[in-house]
Amino acid sequence: MKIAVCIKQVPGTTQVEVDPETGTLKRDGVESKLNPYDLYALETALRLKEELGAEVVALTMGPPQAEAILREAFMMGADDAVLVSDRRFAGADVLATSYAISQALRAAGPFDLVICGRQTTDGDTAQVGAELAEFLGIPHVANVVRVVRANRAELTLVCDLPLELQTVALPLPALICVEKSIGEPRLPSYRLKLATAELPIRKLSLADLPDSDEKHYGLNGSPTQVIRIFPPETDGMRERWDGPAAEIARRLGEYLFTHKFLQQPR
Amino acid sequence: MEYTKLTPELTAELSRLAAEVIPAAEIHDDFCHDELAGLRCRPEALVRARSTAEVSAVMRFAFTHHIPVTPRGQGTGLVGGAVARAGGIMLDLSKMNRVLEIDEENLTLTLEPGVLLMEIAALVEPLGLFYPPDPGEKSATIGGNISTNAGGMRAVKYGVTRDYVRGLEVVLADGRVIELGGKVVKNSSGYSLLNLIVGSEGTLGIVTRATLRLIPLPRRAISLLVPFPTLAQAIETVPLIIKSKSVPTAVEFMERSVILAAEEFLGRSYPDKSSDAYLLLTFDGNSTGEIEAAYDNVARICIDNGALDVLISNTPERNESIWKARGAFLEAIKSSTTEMDECDVVVPRRRVADFIKFSASLEEKHRIRIRSFGHAGDGNLHIYVLRDELDEAAWKRTLGAVFQELYDKAREFGGQVSGEHGIGFVKQPYLAESLGPDLIELMAGIKKVFDPTGILNPGKVCSVSGRDGQ
Repeated sequence: MKIAVCIKQVPGTTQVEVDPETGTLKRDGVESKLNPYDLYALETALRLKEELGAEVVALTMGPPQAEAILREAFMMGADDAVLVSDRRFAGADVLATSYAISQALRAAGPFDLVICGRQTTDGDTAQVGAELAEFLGIPHVANVVRVVRANRAELTLVCDLPLELQTVALPLPALICVEKSIGEPRLPSYRLKLATAELPIRKLSLADLPDSDEKHYGLNGSPTQVIRIFPPETDGMRERWDGPAAEIARRLGEYLFTHKFLQQPR
Repeated sequence: MEYTKLTPELTAELSRLAAEVIPAAEIHDDFCHDELAGLRCRPEALVRARSTAEVSAVMRFAFTHHIPVTPRGQGTGLVGGAVARAGGIMLDLSKMNRVLEIDEENLTLTLEPGVLLMEIAALVEPLGLFYPPDPGEKSATIGGNISTNAGGMRAVKYGVTRDYVRGLEVVLADGRVIELGGKVVKNSSGYSLLNLIVGSEGTLGIVTRATLRLIPLPRRAISLLVPFPTLAQAIETVPLIIKSKSVPTAVEFMERSVILAAEEFLGRSYPDKSSDAYLLLTFDGNSTGEIEAAYDNVARICIDNGALDVLISNTPERNESIWKARGAFLEAIKSSTTEMDECDVVVPRRRVADFIKFSASLEEKHRIRIRSFGHAGDGNLHIYVLRDELDEAAWKRTLGAVFQELYDKAREFGGQVSGEHGIGFVKQPYLAESLGPDLIELMAGIKKVFDPTGILNPGKVCSVSGRDGQ
């Protein structure tokens, strides 16, 4: 079984400036890290590897220095790593990004399962997973909160829909996007750091992809026009409830159940 | 001399001195105890002070009428320090919680005593500044931290609260207001009364304003979670780390049972719990490269001494998942039993392993559950004796026996009774035994100078000699 995990290098802090000219994020000089959401994707893959036996391949698209997060994936237990890097991929929107990664997955695959995190902390679109699956022509399930059962042909998953939790059977090959509740990610290991220090990282450029027409990639392949990027306003909205303790406690309980902060006792 | 009871007339007079005075009958139960189990006393009046002028007026009143005064912050103390043992007035300072000044040129922060520790971090860190003392209880007030000379997890590299108090405004027992220290970096001007007040647990004066020293915030911090097959192996590695001259900001040890309790308490899972024992180390600095160079050597020392691995926590998210659990250990252990009491001894660092082994041996000897975690890097250990299903008599008897053995052993090793929680009410017999009559007499003499009639937090720290008006 071969599992690909799509990961991304993101700025290490949330205070990132937006370039007023291009509307893109200024990434120069900012310490970077592995997108926190992707840790859950890696963890999911590594648990499946422990359960079923699998080869876990971490794949990222980015500049050459994105190699750092592939090294970190090795330190968590990934077996192989792919860096998709080419200047002609720069400036890609969600569509062009998804297309490039789907092409890279074809080049590095085939994979039985592709796992993505929910979203990135810089782009925040939460679209790439679903678009990847469409480009790859495989089924996908997003908002996965739990893997109930797994075998080499099928996964049984619980996904978190707005009003309910749905249990689904997903035949492989397929793609899933996982949530934080899937399991606490393991920490990078110093022993694995020493053991994997010399492992090569496979590099893919435009020429290595099945479709090497540069018009489909980067800014050229991006129909999205960014007009303005701005931080969301926070309204600091609060509700105040007054009344007898028992009544307020009941309301609070209902609120927490309705918003799924707590599971309704059965 | 007997203390004066607060009559309705005196309470009415007191009500004219401060805006919020609550009579005994209306005082919430929370103010009758702190986090020490089993000690409850109802004050005769609760004053929620809003200013130094109010504190001064209340002290003048108390001094004139010979009424005891117990100062209090958030009541998170563990030794009964903020419990009104002798009744009288409880002086709640938690509403004096204004931040008065951040002086970026002198690197100082001036605030009132009711500001919470967690508020200080939230305030100064975005400015690139750092207040290093880091006790587990982040909802404690800075006034309480100063009163107990609280330590916390970063003491290995940065020291304790005392090292960061530059100046204090203190209201004396008779209501006079004095200033100690200031924004100066050096000070050789007579006896350091400032340092007498720090750690005096409200027995010498009431802190109404503090000027704290800040340092530049290290830009990056990396923690290492190091699993070991046994606690002994983990702790025996600590002296080797200290000796290697790499300076971690923190060296904590923890056992799986405590991690599991924290997981249940917080409802979130810990990144690793496959081993019986862990060391948790933190390194800080200004770049990842600098920190990696510092920890690489320590990681090798750990592996050479039997560590199963060294797990690296290098992002805020990962650090949070580890340290949040560490901060919850105390509450987690507490919620796992019916009642507990703690021993907060500090021993020389090379005796930590011996002391932990000794305390573990008491579990079997006295047939009682004992949990411990703590600051392996500075020798300050927190050992919790859990009551579980014991009846009152058996609990008191066993606890007394276990504590006596722990404190005797600590003394034998050249340790001290309290590393950071203070003496308060309950640890007085152990302090007296540990320091001996000469030192207790000196302390009682100092108490007498500051508080000649014994109205300031009576029955605490060094009162066993019976010299504070009781």
